[in-house]
Amino acid sequence: MAILINENTRIIVQGFTGKIGTFHAQDMINYGAKVVGGITPGKGGQSHLGLPVFNTVKQAVDQVGAEASIVFVPPAFAADSIMEAADAGIKYCVAITDGIPTQDMMKVKNFLRRFPEDERMILTGPNCAGTISPGRSMLGIMPGHIYIQGNVGIVGRSGTLGYEAADQLKRLGIGVSTSVGIGGDPINGSSHRDILEHFERDPETKVVLMIGEIGGPQEVEAGIFAKEQMTKPLVSYIAGLTAPEGRRMGHAGAIISTAGESAAEKVAMLKDLGVTIAPTPSAMGETVAAVLAKLS
Amino acid sequence: MDIHEYQAKEILTEYGVKIADGGLAYSPEDAVQRAREIGGSIWAVKAQIHSGARGKAGGIKLCRSHDDVAKAAEELLGKRLVTHQTGPAGKVCGRLYVEAGTDIAKELYFCLLVDRSSERIVMVGSAQGGMEIEELAQTRPEAITKIYIEPSVGLQDFQARAMAFALGLPVSMINTAVKTINGCYRALRDNDANMLEINPLVVTGKEDLLALDCKMGFDDNALFRRHRIAELRDKTQEDPREMAAADRGLSYVGLDGDIGCMINGAGLAMATMDMIKLAGGEPANFLDVGGGASPERTEKAFRLVLADKNVKAMLVNIFAGINRCDWIAEGVVHAVKKIDMKIPLIVRLSGTNVEEGRRIIAESGLPIITAETLAEAAEKAVLARNEVVAREG
Repeated sequence: MAILINENTRIIVQGFTGKIGTFHAQDMINYGAKVVGGITPGKGGQSHLGLPVFNTVKQAVDQVGAEASIVFVPPAFAADSIMEAADAGIKYCVAITDGIPTQDMMKVKNFLRRFPEDERMILTGPNCAGTISPGRSMLGIMPGHIYIQGNVGIVGRSGTLGYEAADQLKRLGIGVSTSVGIGGDPINGSSHRDILEHFERDPETKVVLMIGEIGGPQEVEAGIFAKEQMTKPLVSYIAGLTAPEGRRMGHAGAIISTAGESAAEKVAMLKDLGVTIAPTPSAMGETVAAVLAKLS
Repeated sequence: MDIHEYQAKEILTEYGVKIADGGLAYSPEDAVQRAREIGGSIWAVKAQIHSGARGKAGGIKLCRSHDDVAKAAEELLGKRLVTHQTGPAGKVCGRLYVEAGTDIAKELYFCLLVDRSSERIVMVGSAQGGMEIEELAQTRPEAITKIYIEPSVGLQDFQARAMAFALGLPVSMINTAVKTINGCYRALRDNDANMLEINPLVVTGKEDLLALDCKMGFDDNALFRRHRIAELRDKTQEDPREMAAADRGLSYVGLDGDIGCMINGAGLAMATMDMIKLAGGEPANFLDVGGGASPERTEKAFRLVLADKNVKAMLVNIFAGINRCDWIAEGVVHAVKKIDMKIPLIVRLSGTNVEEGRRIIAESGLPIITAETLAEAAEKAVLARNEVVAREG
């Protein structure tokens, strides 16, 4: 099962013929992802990496049955590409692009809301490492070999901290059903909570690890969802204990601006909601292992 | 990116928002000249720094004569002002705004900002102006009105009217208020600002509405299409190390501790800093070298971290994904040799080709301390730092 993508998901790459798009498309193909083509407006009809290039996403949907897309388009044009994917009927889109203006993302989110919920494209990112269902498919830029297939769902903002978690789990022999990067921007396609909903429905996922950060309300909202509507245990680590107030820590979203946004406050609220907290970033693996052990 | 009050006010006037008469000064002579041009008998001399709460820090002086204006200007120019928003280092005032004294009948609070939870622009207002909104939100949340703006249609007049009434304005001023609120909204939207705060927005004795202060913050991601805003950047208001880092494509935030850090990825960087703190140390900085930690970038990052003279030990934590550990290890070895590092260095590599990376470090002959896990790396860094401090006595 896994969530969002599996071995049958038909993938296209937006910004296919560019340097970054080419590199990561090849990497995804090598991992075994079913990449069926790509989009570069004006280069339709050509062939790239042995796959067809289309002018529009609609053509890719109609001609090669594209279902999922990954966006490598530069920030100035990325919002447009995401909306084109949604309009063409793509089901799931990952936006890798870092640096999309906030007002563009507001526009994108508003555009997506125009579709009825059951027809609405799922978007994760921007500014993320993408999604991987280990052993099945990869729609992202992560090193695939650090993940093994298993029963832990991972959702997080940060790319490398997500790798750290997967690596810790692998050392303990624990595998991952799907790992989803939701990105470091203040306004993103899917929230932690949105991804938890998918994991809750996935029979393969037994435990979910949520890797959060300072700033914004999303981790606590996810905690409330877990308490009220999830049957599966949620483990969480929140990064940014040492982050000073009002200073942006790399990610555009990682800034403490109002009460309840510091790491200590989020941890306290999540604990109250019954979420198991990994006390340190090096304890993410063992905390998940302990929760898994209790299940069996 | 932040801009100064006078720059924000210049933008506001283009959108029909009224401000008090005023002018920019770089010297006491300039300041007196501005006061003469403005006329009247009372002026505010305001330090232009990128921070709120300037009044409390002594950054705003009311003057009743040209001599007072000169004296105030003399005192403020070059002064380091410390507010709760600047951090302990404060910000140096290099420019002044001289403004006509205003006949204030009432002070209101008004702001517009991008709200993360609703993914909309929200308008916030209160009839209780002048004071810190954070404080008001804590003590009297009912005194604050929030109105959310639908992105596809933008701010509507009925919403602006609702805000005007919530601000307690008389019926005779509603049209003026709607014009002001609309102007503020367009100034924010058209310039990709993520924050526009007017505190106080004042009602004058003649029933006029003036923006007596204005703070604007902009979305860095949108500066590529807002050249005019980008040009307003005042580099003297920013941390020189952070500026230098940004120019090299690195993300750096200086902190007060003494363990220097170089990490790839913002989340992992924050997590590593947490580990240092949990191990009993204090990080000297946040530094994200990004995805491609090439030898050139690594060297630049090392120089940046070591430029901070407080740094007693340095920790490198790289999770190599697409970039392999061996390549990163070569970059680290190259940087250490080239810079002739004097303080202990702790390196933790993981990910692709990790064994090869560790071998390169071990065979380099350099006194690099290595660690396998995040916890071990942080503990070793704190230990090394403590030894250095003990040796220094």
